[in-house]
Amino acid sequence: MTTMTGTTQATRVIPGHAKPLWRRMLLTRESAIIGLLVLVVVVASVTVRGFGQPITLTYLLLDIAPILLIALPMTLIMVTGEIDLSVGSMVGLSSVVTGVAVQAGIPFEAAALIALLVGVVGGAFNGFLVTVVGLPSLAVTIGTLALFRGLAVGLLGTTAVTDFPETWTALAKARIAGTTIPYIMVPFLILLVVFVILLHFTPFGRGIYAIGLSKDAARFSGVDVERMKFILFVLAGLVAAFAGIFYTLRFGSARGDNATGLELQVIAAVVLGGVSVFGGRGALHGVVAAAVLIGVISSALRLANITSDVINIVTGVLLVLSVVAASVLNRLQQSRRRPGRPPRVAASTAT
Amino acid sequence: MTTTPPTTRIPVSGLTKRISALGRARELGILVALAIVVVAATIKNPAFLFSNDGWRDLLLTPSILMLVAVGQAIVIITRNVDLSVGSVIGLTAYLTGRLFIDMPWLPIPVVVLLAVLLGAVLGLINGALVAFARVPAMVITLGTLYAYRGINVLWAGSTRVNASDMPREFLAVGTGSILWIPILTIVALVVLAAAAWYMRNTRGGREYYAIGSDPAAAELYGLRVTRRVLTAFVLSGALAGLAGVFYAARYGSVSSQAGAGWELDAVGAAVIGGVAITGGVGSVWGAAIGAVLLMTINRALPILGIPDFWQRAVVGVLIIGAIVLDRVLAVRQRRRLIEARDDES
Repeated sequence: MTTMTGTTQATRVIPGHAKPLWRRMLLTRESAIIGLLVLVVVVASVTVRGFGQPITLTYLLLDIAPILLIALPMTLIMVTGEIDLSVGSMVGLSSVVTGVAVQAGIPFEAAALIALLVGVVGGAFNGFLVTVVGLPSLAVTIGTLALFRGLAVGLLGTTAVTDFPETWTALAKARIAGTTIPYIMVPFLILLVVFVILLHFTPFGRGIYAIGLSKDAARFSGVDVERMKFILFVLAGLVAAFAGIFYTLRFGSARGDNATGLELQVIAAVVLGGVSVFGGRGALHGVVAAAVLIGVISSALRLANITSDVINIVTGVLLVLSVVAASVLNRLQQSRRRPGRPPRVAASTAT
Repeated sequence: MTTTPPTTRIPVSGLTKRISALGRARELGILVALAIVVVAATIKNPAFLFSNDGWRDLLLTPSILMLVAVGQAIVIITRNVDLSVGSVIGLTAYLTGRLFIDMPWLPIPVVVLLAVLLGAVLGLINGALVAFARVPAMVITLGTLYAYRGINVLWAGSTRVNASDMPREFLAVGTGSILWIPILTIVALVVLAAAAWYMRNTRGGREYYAIGSDPAAAELYGLRVTRRVLTAFVLSGALAGLAGVFYAARYGSVSSQAGAGWELDAVGAAVIGGVAITGGVGSVWGAAIGAVLLMTINRALPILGIPDFWQRAVVGVLIIGAIVLDRVLAVRQRRRLIEARDDES
């Protein structure tokens, strides 16, 4: 801003836009993650035997499909500054509902519809408590995390339903003819396009960022904050239920403990992808790259015969490093721009 | 969001009394719920309370979670959250077992101290990252939840520490009693009382509440926010470390998955106990009673004829019920405060 003194005083200048376009495009969180992803893929293809085989890609995509799917609505929710910890339990609940319905003799297609409906109802319950009752989403979704999981485990106990139609279970694992890409990527790509347009190219999406930056300012500028958050929680429930149906078909089994802890992997991918936990910042391409990055590292480590649990350390350290680095860089930039500005107050988790 | 404003400038003494009564009623409410659960289970099966094993389990089972919940409450009161406690329990419990196997000549108190120290160091890492890097605690501790658990799995592999690996005196502490009260419960209660006194009566304790109510104001007021937040995480880590020792002593068998998922139980216990997730409100007493309620319901459900598969659903309903109740109380109290102000002028 100081560089602009002397020229036009009246025009408002956004400091970031003073830099040339290529720097703005390349020096972002998202590009860093995509760069890291390319680097890891190249290194893994060269050093890890078997990583270059087409079958690796198939299993990699099958493994991360639920994370990729749920990361889409989760990104939108976290950009508004809220969070949904109940998605993993919703995957389990939808899986169990599908299983119980099929066991009761309902055709699979109808059972899947019922599961999707349960997802909508669960998401609406979260949304109701957050927007109408006005509770913090962290507390609400810790509650529904336990509630949905409890319903799932309560409905099936320790039993599992495994008799699903062959055509559907085969489809969940099938590859698109002539490629090594599983069919689940088709609905994912459709959803991706929908969510990218929704977040980045519509007034609704601008409203999401506005809410994350300042809820009050968004409300005063005519954004219906409550309605939008409610819609986002319903979307998260719906997509999580869809992921639950896929999960059930892929493993051919509906169990109460399906996808336990998935919410943490989703949030790890979203945060690693450059979405700020305080809201108002983030983009979908970064999140998708981050989810794939975690999947690639885990699959490369597994192929290299390193115990698959090392992935926990890698995920954790990547997550911590990425946020700490972003925060430190941000503060360096700020102190360079405005020396003598008081530091920001200690971090908080208020959502 | 604060239920008790830091500077209550209301001369109406009757009203302030009522407000403090309300605050106390919050913990009383959970206590009543706990009593109902215990009475119902005892009527159905007298052995729940009136047998040696029943009485011991009633006190012993919640002790471990109580410790973790107290640490979690302190962290949440500063408007942070510690999701890594489950992994800290796992690591310290395994360390306890490992020390007994690898260095059998170490006296038991030293082993306990080392485990608590490891917990404190793990908490320090969390706290340093949160306080110095100014990054939300939820993200940092989510990362360390993974990292600590990964280290644990790498270290333990598929091996586990069994009861036969640990000295008999140590295991005796885990199940033994003094005057019908289990030793672990006594330790947990002493820790709880100390923490409650510290949070209520000391300058340091009150500063946690001030920071949680309004971090910006606390910083402007000159409180050392960074140091306090750091201390809260170290306390939470150390208490989780002690809980890890308890875990090893109580269950006698430690795998690499010990304590997995406890972070949500700890946060749930604190929230049920009236600690607001937005910081600045609640007490460690409440969190401890919340922990006891959670674990007691867990044991009472099968006796009451409900398959214990439903336990998590009940926990979820409790958490949601507790935060909705807190919200209703807060709204009602704010209305009263506004009425009182209007009456005055």
